[in-house]
Amino acid sequence: MVHLTRRYWFSASHRLHNPALEAAENTLVYGKCNNPGGHGHNYHVEITVAGPVDARTGMVVDLTELDGLAEREILNRFDQINLNDDQGFASLVPTTENLCVQIYHIVRERWTDLPSARNARLERVRLEETSSNFFEYTGEGD
Amino acid sequence: MPENTASSAPSPILRNNSASQPTVYLTRRAEFSASHFYHSPALTPAENKDLYGKCNNPHGHGHNYVLEVTVRGHISERSGMVVDLKLLKEVLNREVLDVFDHRFLNEEVPVFRHVIPTTENIAVEIWQMLAPRLEFCELHRIRLYETPDLFADYFGPGAA
Repeated sequence: MVHLTRRYWFSASHRLHNPALEAAENTLVYGKCNNPGGHGHNYHVEITVAGPVDARTGMVVDLTELDGLAEREILNRFDQINLNDDQGFASLVPTTENLCVQIYHIVRERWTDLPSARNARLERVRLEETSSNFFEYTGEGD
Repeated sequence: MPENTASSAPSPILRNNSASQPTVYLTRRAEFSASHFYHSPALTPAENKDLYGKCNNPHGHGHNYVLEVTVRGHISERSGMVVDLKLLKEVLNREVLDVFDHRFLNEEVPVFRHVIPTTENIAVEIWQMLAPRLEFCELHRIRLYETPDLFADYFGPGAA
């Protein structure tokens, strides 16, 4: 069993605001992140695939397949957008926690796009909001 | 040691977590610069020199330590967050960085008068300093880098 991690990045903006809370509560909970104009980050996302090394190819997953999936489903969707406009955040606050879980679900749902990884599994999605803050989701609680 | 201040009181909104929500690990990274040296009073000077080599120099030497604090929790349905990062940062600054940054650990941090300030021991000590102050979340791991090539992980006294 080998664990392979591939790293990607995209730039997006967001505003943390929950319409179910009072204005004062939003300010209290989200601080500067509640600024009505929003703000942006360069998000770095790491996808970790765990599985056996294929005897024929010597690989856990074909990186071309993984890159294709990441580009189609994640980078094309989230790069250079305002996350609050994304359908996934229509009724969900676009915190990096929630984005991390969404990306995990997207990759898992598109797992058949990775025929080379049919014997492997998605182990973890790790999402860096800044160089000081990052979030990890392994499917716990699904 | 200061008592818990009002600013570190748990936010009622962030405590409203649901067990059915996904569990996410959040890590906050911070740096501090400090000096130390290794010397065990249980060993002879020759043994100390043999064991610790250059690190036994009594005048000490320094590092830019990089600390990663990982907490684990359910995403709050109301806030979308695992923990109030602002609060975590405040506690980290007050309990650890203010105590360690720009200090000679052996002489200026009392615990290291009798505990050798190896990276391993500092990681354990940081856990003990933080755990009682993080009642608003679940501490999962302390990772302490002494250099980019050397780090120690501690998962708490109950972990294997």
